[in-house]
Amino acid sequence: MTSLRKWGPPTLVFLAVLAAWEIWVRVAGIQGFLLPPPSEVITTLRQEWNVVWAAGFFTLREALGGLIGGSVLGVLAAFAASRWVVIREGVMPFYVAMGAAPIVALAPITNQWFGITNPVSKMTVVAVMVFFPVMINMTRGLGDVGSDKLDLMKSMAASEAGTLRKVRMPNALPYLFSALKVAVVLSLIGAIVAEYFGGSRDALGVYISQQAGLTRMAEAWSGIVVATALGAALQLLIVLAERLLIPWHPSLRG
Amino acid sequence: MTTTMVGLRGVGKTFKGRNADTTALTAIDLAIEEGEFVSLLGPSGCGKSTLLRIIGDLTPPTSGEVTVNGKSPEQARRDRDYGMVFQQATLLDWRKVVKNIALPLEVMNLPPAERERRAREMLDLVELGEFGEHYPWQLSGGMQQRVAIARALALQPSLLLMDEPFGALDEMTRERMQMELMRIWQRTHTTVVFVTHSIPEAVFLSTRVVVMSPRPGTVAGIVDVDLPQPREFETREHPRFFVKLNEVRETLRGAGVD
Repeated sequence: MTSLRKWGPPTLVFLAVLAAWEIWVRVAGIQGFLLPPPSEVITTLRQEWNVVWAAGFFTLREALGGLIGGSVLGVLAAFAASRWVVIREGVMPFYVAMGAAPIVALAPITNQWFGITNPVSKMTVVAVMVFFPVMINMTRGLGDVGSDKLDLMKSMAASEAGTLRKVRMPNALPYLFSALKVAVVLSLIGAIVAEYFGGSRDALGVYISQQAGLTRMAEAWSGIVVATALGAALQLLIVLAERLLIPWHPSLRG
Repeated sequence: MTTTMVGLRGVGKTFKGRNADTTALTAIDLAIEEGEFVSLLGPSGCGKSTLLRIIGDLTPPTSGEVTVNGKSPEQARRDRDYGMVFQQATLLDWRKVVKNIALPLEVMNLPPAERERRAREMLDLVELGEFGEHYPWQLSGGMQQRVAIARALALQPSLLLMDEPFGALDEMTRERMQMELMRIWQRTHTTVVFVTHSIPEAVFLSTRVVVMSPRPGTVAGIVDVDLPQPREFETREHPRFFVKLNEVRETLRGAGVD
């Protein structure tokens, strides 16, 4: 009952939007090369499934490679920043400023560096995109502990490492997860947009831009459907991991 | 024969400010004997919390000499002579209650079985036996503070420092917690230094009340509370209780607090 109440309304809205789209395209007689009806996208997706899925998987690998690399580096940099004031105060403002830069614009450059078809060129863009939110949030999580808790650890004569492990790191987990939720979205955006600048023929971004260039809109849209599904799947994984690892967090308390 | 647990001689504290320095404490002389329950009582801003932090080696004094258990506060802290309870329970959200109590035992690297045993023992001491597997946020404010007390006592400290521990609780919970604390104190005989700005609380709990003057804080007077032990519900109705309340009030007034 509760799950029906929760999932019912959004499902209905989703179906209604699809139906409206379908009817509008057919009634208004909109040309297929402008906007195909959803039914045609679904048919095309089924026909092209092998190609689109393989492309999606290829791009997913790039996104994940960059996501993992960028997150690991971001977390390590956050540890360094929370340990050394010099980094925190000297480098952080620079990081924050960099976080505002449209990093996907680097794509043509990494294409030159690593080769346009080399997945590493896309992973690098993604890693740089992901690095900043992870690093900034994680640093905040390691730092925003509250002076009471630090006093408490000090009164127990806890070592710096002990305080890090028992207080700072668990405290940072919710911050890390909120960064990762942003990062998974960024990783797919980064990989696909970087592929629009050119990439392997097996890549989803290349597939979408080529099909759109040939005005094969149903094919382009089926690529977008797969990209969306991948994004949702990654997001879901993060949410599940979050439930498992921080069940104590206020946002997850039952 | 008693031994001195806390010795303060000429202790002062000045905070450096951008425009002017603030003298929070000046010329504090005080000796607290082992087994005593001493309250530091005074108006807001009289430096009583600062004094507690100086005793606990969380803030260094600007002048004077502090000994705890015959050692420097830093050494006492390293020897884990302290248990601390703050106004907020300061429990770690991600740890179940029993694990929160075991925190100092983990820091001390006790073996897991020993930690578990002692944490359970402390849990029983504060009468929260069946709440060990709860998370802190599943407990009421008073219960959370009892967990904090259990955690502070887990190391069997020689000195328990409490900084307005019941200040955030409602009046009824507060009186219940005072009874609870008296019961625990009777059983553990830990020396307690207790910061409060509630006169009845100080009189009910303490063997001595140290009355402090407004800023710069100094000892305005010390009231011996010779009410019968153990303190119980009826203590608050004892004629001597009111005599002592008035004595503390007079001392505060003499120190310039209206």
